Amino acid sequence: MIAIINYEAGNLTSVQRALTHLGAASVITQDLAEIAQAERVIFPGVGAAGAAMNSLRRLGLDKALKEALASGKPVLGICLGTQIIFESSQEDLATCLGILPGQTVRFPVEHKDAGGQALKVPHMGWNKVRWQKEHPVFAGLPQEAEFYFVHSYHPAPARPADVLGLTEYGLVFASAVARGNLVAVQFHPEKSGRPGLRILQNFIAWDGKEGGHA
Amino acid sequence: MLSKRIIPCLDVRDGKLTKGIKFKGNVDIGDPVEMAAFYYEQGADELVFYDITASSDARNIMIDVVRRVAETIFMPFSVGGGLRTVSDMYAVLAAGAEKVSVNSSAVQNPHIISEGARQFGSQCVVLGMDVLKVGASPATPSGYEMVIHGGRKRMGIDALAWAKEAQERGAGEICLNSIDADGTRTGYELALTRMISQAVSIPVIASGGAGVPQHLADVLTMGQADAALIASMTHYGDYTVAQIKQYLHDQGLPVRLYW
Repeated sequence: MIAIINYEAGNLTSVQRALTHLGAASVITQDLAEIAQAERVIFPGVGAAGAAMNSLRRLGLDKALKEALASGKPVLGICLGTQIIFESSQEDLATCLGILPGQTVRFPVEHKDAGGQALKVPHMGWNKVRWQKEHPVFAGLPQEAEFYFVHSYHPAPARPADVLGLTEYGLVFASAVARGNLVAVQFHPEKSGRPGLRILQNFIAWDGKEGGHA
Repeated sequence: MLSKRIIPCLDVRDGKLTKGIKFKGNVDIGDPVEMAAFYYEQGADELVFYDITASSDARNIMIDVVRRVAETIFMPFSVGGGLRTVSDMYAVLAAGAEKVSVNSSAVQNPHIISEGARQFGSQCVVLGMDVLKVGASPATPSGYEMVIHGGRKRMGIDALAWAKEAQERGAGEICLNSIDADGTRTGYELALTRMISQAVSIPVIASGGAGVPQHLADVLTMGQADAALIASMTHYGDYTVAQIKQYLHDQGLPVRLYW
């Protein structure tokens, strides 16, 4: 059973639909016991960092997530779920979970591409991820694979070793990070067609070890 | 680099596609779910469903369509048409749409943009704009006027000012439809698209007028659009999405070629 953590942030059913399509049983839950019993955990989210952190703390889900990570079970962060894994976010100046060192920062207000044309924020649409090293959750995906993004803030990890994938949008940012049994992505695998489904499928089969086989 | 999005638009009435769509292969031309799957396989980057159902009874049929589409394709799609309240928006989003599009209802009641953005996030709320070229006047200094009800009712509201206001209110994206270009297949309204795209910081989807792939190249470069809506170009089988994307790629535009 996969626990999709419900901290009342955004569209969780799309993640569940994709898992159902792949034949994996999942439950959208804020029940701490259910999360503790789950084989693996998905930490999704759409919305604002401040409100998300408030909900997590009120529901005790911040502790449940840290316990899941400590237990060694595979954990996948998505979008806002990924952003609040870091120490803090410029959005709402929120203090976040601090599971990985680093910050979540906003794209610059005067954001321009190399040719000087203004770039829109949010970064919305399909963009490439350049993998920095091999990982079981990203097995079988080409360098040119594109994923669907929608966000105005992006992770800025402090430890280069945590960066798994990079994406360019006026600047280069970490769009996928990983450490131990945690993998977290800024894009939406559940909305990214076949490459996205491949990531979810790899995650479903993953044993939580970085060198493990998907 | 962010890819330019190619977005087929499907008109639905009472749960069925309204246009006679001519496709090769085993596609039931009346079924929006099959069409969604077809475009998903073809490499469309996103889909737009426009529900032109009039009665509120038939709205439940559309919700069912949205649910089945969400179970079938794993990419973003938006639903517009007749969404008047935040609970209308909620029903569509809960059924699995990524975004909702408001058009006439937003012009008549701009609070729906702010309320929708507050409850679901700006990224969910697309402002649909139907725009008519009228020439500059005190009421419409940009030379473009907002129209509603499928282009039948002029509102005396300046299109440029409305785009900026909608962004202020929390719209996350604009789908900009030129009434003058719509259905002509002679090209998008480039001047309008560029004007709006430069004036806002949110993405702009150009709509209306596409006939050949060069029209998309033009609106994505000269028109500075972030995405292009297409309908008859691909619905009638003249082009596939893959052909259009290959053309744009050959012109040096960033598009998603592998899916």
